[in-house]
Amino acid sequence: MRIAQTVEEERIKYLRMKPGVGEILLAEGDPELEADEERLIAEFREQLEQGMWAAAPTVDPATGRRDARMVQSYADIPADADRVIFFPRAAGG
Amino acid sequence: MLLALLALGVVATALLLLSVGPVLGRRYSSATRPKRRTRRRELDLGDPGRERRAEQRARELLRSCVNAEEWAMYRELGFIRVAGRLDAAQSTEDPTLSPTEDPTPSPDDAPASLAGQEWSLGRGRDRGREPAPMRLRGPGEEPAYAYLIYPHKPIVAYVPRERRLLSEYCVEFPDLTGVISESRLPASDDVLAKWMAVTGDERRLLRNANMHLPGRQIDPARVRRDLLRLSDWDRRRHERARSRHRAP
Repeated sequence: MRIAQTVEEERIKYLRMKPGVGEILLAEGDPELEADEERLIAEFREQLEQGMWAAAPTVDPATGRRDARMVQSYADIPADADRVIFFPRAAGG
Repeated sequence: MLLALLALGVVATALLLLSVGPVLGRRYSSATRPKRRTRRRELDLGDPGRERRAEQRARELLRSCVNAEEWAMYRELGFIRVAGRLDAAQSTEDPTLSPTEDPTPSPDDAPASLAGQEWSLGRGRDRGREPAPMRLRGPGEEPAYAYLIYPHKPIVAYVPRERRLLSEYCVEFPDLTGVISESRLPASDDVLAKWMAVTGDERRLLRNANMHLPGRQIDPARVRRDLLRLSDWDRRRHERARSRHRAP
């Protein structure tokens, strides 16, 4: 059980908000595994090239306060993030 | 005799055509019309539950990302309040966020000093005409400024202490990749995108938004009503929390 939880915690999901759909799962993998990491990096780059913004929901371990961190490169993703959410870049309305 | 029979036949045929013709015509047209109607209906309606399911998914995602208080606020009031975090010291680093006069106003009179200054924040027609948000007062205290995040409407900046509206940040998140007709995110996804952008990189969001005076897209009277509702909601929530603590 503990092993299953640990494995679950290490995996990261890439989600993308889509009009008329909600979020879709783009990729999922363990950044510690080389093959997964390459796939995750490629997908991250692909999304940014499509003009998406990316954010990782975070939780402050001290206060439990939830926040988000905008990430502009794969290296910016917090180590404890379990999701990265891609969404269209902001435009003046 | 034969001629008479032939003439009678012609008359009978003509009479038959006159009486049956309109019926046959209606039948023919009704046989073709339903097909056109069906085709049009298929094009227009598609899957009527699609948007609803998308919104349901978006709500779940929003709930999993924001704080419990913010989720309750959105569910019950229809918007989320987020405290602004930029302070005067930070804002002077970026020319788009700098006041044009007196770059270091006193923290104690932050909302008051906002009123008298010319700011050049963001883009848009009213750039430089309206004071910009400034700084937090301190941990646990009311923030100097905050935002109301509505679905598919501008973000409204205001001063909580005075319930004074500062500006509207008109911003959208249009998905233009491979989209033919639909580019708008579900309402709750729009709120989540704004929430992530405000909490994750407020300055970047403001740079990409069009700033306008209050009332550009949202009726200020409505926002003031929402602020009153929010104040009432806060009070009831604190009372409930207090009574829970008192209970054994």
